[in-house]
Amino acid sequence: MDMHLSSNNGPAVESNEAELHSAVPVRERLVVVGNGMAGMKTVEELLAKAPGRFDITVFGAEPHPNYNRIMLSPVLAGEKTFDQIVLNSREWYDANGIALLTGEAVESIDRAGKMVVSQSGRVVPYDRLLIATGSMPFIIPVPGSTLPGVIGFRDLADVDAMLAAAAKGGRAVVIGGGLLGLEAANGLRVKGMEVTVVHLMPTLMERQLDPSAGMLLQRELERRGIEVLTGADTAEIVGNNREGGEWVSAVRLRDGRELPADIVVMAVGIRPNMALGKAAGVECGRGIRVDDRMRTSDPSIYAVGECVEHRGVTWGLVAPLFEMAKVLAHDLAGGEGAAYTGSVTSTKLKVTGVDVFSAGDFSGGAGTEDIVFRDAARGVYKRLVLKDGKLLGAVLYGDTKDGAWYFSLLKDGADVSAERDTMIFGQGFGSADAGDPNAAIAALPDSAEICGCNGVCKGTIVKAITEKGLTSLDEVKAHTKASASCGGCSGTVERLLAVTLGDGFTAAPKVKPMCKCTRHTHDQVRAAIVDRGLKTMAEVFQAMEWTTPDGCASCRPALNYYLLCAWPGEYRDDYQSRYINERAHANIQKDGTYSVVPRMWGGLTNAAELRAIADVVDKFAIPTVKVTGGQRIDLFGVKKEDLPAVWADLNAAGMVSGHAYAKGLRTVKTCVGSEWCRFGTQDSTGLGVKLERMTWGTWTPHKVKLAVSGCPRNCAEATIKDLGVVCIDSGYELHVGGNGGLHVRACDLLVRVGTEEEVLEYTGAFMQLYREEARYLERTAPWVERVGLDHIKAALVEDPERRRDLNARFLFSQTFSQDDPWAERAAKGVDRHEFNLLAEVG
Amino acid sequence: MDTAASETVWTQVGSIDDIPVLGSRVVRTPGGDIALFRTAADEVFALEDACPHKQGPLSQGIVHGRRVTCPLHSWVIELATGEAVAPDEGRTGHVPVRVEGRSVSLALAEAKLSRGGCRKACGHV
Repeated sequence: MDMHLSSNNGPAVESNEAELHSAVPVRERLVVVGNGMAGMKTVEELLAKAPGRFDITVFGAEPHPNYNRIMLSPVLAGEKTFDQIVLNSREWYDANGIALLTGEAVESIDRAGKMVVSQSGRVVPYDRLLIATGSMPFIIPVPGSTLPGVIGFRDLADVDAMLAAAAKGGRAVVIGGGLLGLEAANGLRVKGMEVTVVHLMPTLMERQLDPSAGMLLQRELERRGIEVLTGADTAEIVGNNREGGEWVSAVRLRDGRELPADIVVMAVGIRPNMALGKAAGVECGRGIRVDDRMRTSDPSIYAVGECVEHRGVTWGLVAPLFEMAKVLAHDLAGGEGAAYTGSVTSTKLKVTGVDVFSAGDFSGGAGTEDIVFRDAARGVYKRLVLKDGKLLGAVLYGDTKDGAWYFSLLKDGADVSAERDTMIFGQGFGSADAGDPNAAIAALPDSAEICGCNGVCKGTIVKAITEKGLTSLDEVKAHTKASASCGGCSGTVERLLAVTLGDGFTAAPKVKPMCKCTRHTHDQVRAAIVDRGLKTMAEVFQAMEWTTPDGCASCRPALNYYLLCAWPGEYRDDYQSRYINERAHANIQKDGTYSVVPRMWGGLTNAAELRAIADVVDKFAIPTVKVTGGQRIDLFGVKKEDLPAVWADLNAAGMVSGHAYAKGLRTVKTCVGSEWCRFGTQDSTGLGVKLERMTWGTWTPHKVKLAVSGCPRNCAEATIKDLGVVCIDSGYELHVGGNGGLHVRACDLLVRVGTEEEVLEYTGAFMQLYREEARYLERTAPWVERVGLDHIKAALVEDPERRRDLNARFLFSQTFSQDDPWAERAAKGVDRHEFNLLAEVG
Repeated sequence: MDTAASETVWTQVGSIDDIPVLGSRVVRTPGGDIALFRTAADEVFALEDACPHKQGPLSQGIVHGRRVTCPLHSWVIELATGEAVAPDEGRTGHVPVRVEGRSVSLALAEAKLSRGGCRKACGHV
């Protein structure tokens, strides 16, 4: 079927070009539409394989010779000039006998007559035609997207437009936080503009990077002064009248925010530029469809590069284009057997000083495993995804020197079982010092900061080790304060000891880490969150060198609590890091149904509430109703999908969630006190209600139960509660750290006070001290035993100022937590997905 | 060509965007509830919504990496295979999943369910 290869039955004599190829044999005419990287790579390869085989004419819509489009970013950033990125000069075209027509787009193809017609009306016949028209920036269809001042990032004209705008200073908004958008943002920032990146997805470059690497990249760009808004959806581009006409003035987001802009760079993606092929009736899908030999549906017409769709895939990176070009050149040169079968690609961000690399598929799939390495001191994150002994994908941040090695292992499908344990450290680990973390530490300059909390440099530590003869981590801590705060750098300090002392160093005995994802303890992680201002889980993972991509069911709820406690009002609760009871705001039971407990303040209820409960029980056929030990009513056997409706009815009667499921304030148990009881000394019920109103809704390391007894007979069992108040004639005794559970522990007496106000202040302060100091899932009883009553007395009793501060912090955090979760879910539809099926089939 | 029987039937059940990242949603089928999980890397897996231990609803667990921890007794189950992670032993059924664009489909007929010898009538739904 290669009739067309013998060719030249075409009308060579019809050529209207001045220079006729009268020599015999007459050469085939190859016309290339597109003077970009894919088309010209094909021509270069063809010239190398079969020089002189074709008469070649190249059309370029841009007025330049062929240049390296992927180097436009450095041109924008001022690191390169245009001349430095020109691939083939006009002299090269001349020397190779290629007719180059720049600034001249091809308008149409006459397939029957086998000729192309250009913008200026020039008609050029072909025997074979190569379409290499590349792609166009995708312009999101929002109002204002065609305003002057909205620029794509595709060619030199775009770069010139950006540079012209940057010369005036002002503000740029870049829509799109992918590869191109970030390179544009960096270039504009370097050129002195105020830059905001607007990105629809939650993390930057989500197609190339995982969330961990995306977070590191975002921090680095922010450090460079680029504002990054993720999860930001552009609604409209706004314009106004400036000198000389209408011009873009702002980008308005879906949530109402408006970002002033002097230019808007649209870099949300590219679309294959297939208009020419489509108009000529060549088969197109998302791009011009080609087979493995880059042939279109017309046997005389080929296509390569970003304008094609091959096996259902379109490409926007340079490596696949070059691979296509090689196959096509081989074919055009008369070779056989070459086939393009798709590409494995890798990505690097071209932002000077930011090392990012990704390759292959790191979304994994069945049976894959992750190897994660983080080095907080060097700002390194590496993740390899393996399957069946082979490397499937790699993400590198901060240290990309092994990117090429990983990429070759990945492309070759090499068996890496033997290197599995050490390959994360890089090529040749073990055989030499390459990639060895100790060697990496040894290579750091003396000025490198090791301990971020206390600002201790490598040189200081090494000097202390050698001059003072230090041999252990604890000694380094004592002498230099390195790793004395959060301990996040303790691994690095140990490596420094190992490097400095050689065999003279033995590592410290291991402490019990939070979980298998980290070597750090709860206390170290907590200290790091506060001391180093870590405000997201991803930041904690990186700073504390987590060995998993997204933690586990043990550390995530703990971190979520620690962050929530440290940054009230600032940290956004991570829903998926909560146990199901706290997600569904009900208690899961052994059969998968839930139990519902409305709050009864201080154990008080009334006819209206009881009636509403009875109605709910009837309406939803709730099988079991039980009075709890915490003086309220528990409804068992509620179906999950019924929960919002049950709550709606209870809310309507004025009842709110009892948080019987929460690591938080559960109940305040009371006796009736002086209002009814002949022994009562104070209004214990009223005080209980006040305490419950103050403390409900708080999140704590574990559940918290309070009680108030009206006299020392202690009918409310206050002395086995987390905090119990026992009323006496002269005032109130405050008891703490009791527990009636598995290990019964009676409270310790903390203090006696005279007024209800003091009870409330002590309670708030105690709650906050527990919140800030106890480990996640540690009840007050083991906490009090661990830190000792004296420690608590010192903070609360002996230091009134600290007590007031703690109470103030507690009350502040309460301003963010006292929303009834049932009301939000029943009436406002919050987390609706939690209670509905995705689908019902069959 | 006797391919009629071997042709996989895919049942579309929703969009990947309907499943929270590191979360789960339930699809109710005549054969019992199927839990769909979405990982941080946007993979989707489908398991029988019952832990091999005491039939705890895995859809209510915490998803981490490519595993889910059962909400009842913290067994850890591999999303791709339904296997319990050692030292626990057991396997829950899994269903082939196909994601095309944002659309998620299940091959329900090819599900390898373990409910055959179910001790209870799966009454937790």
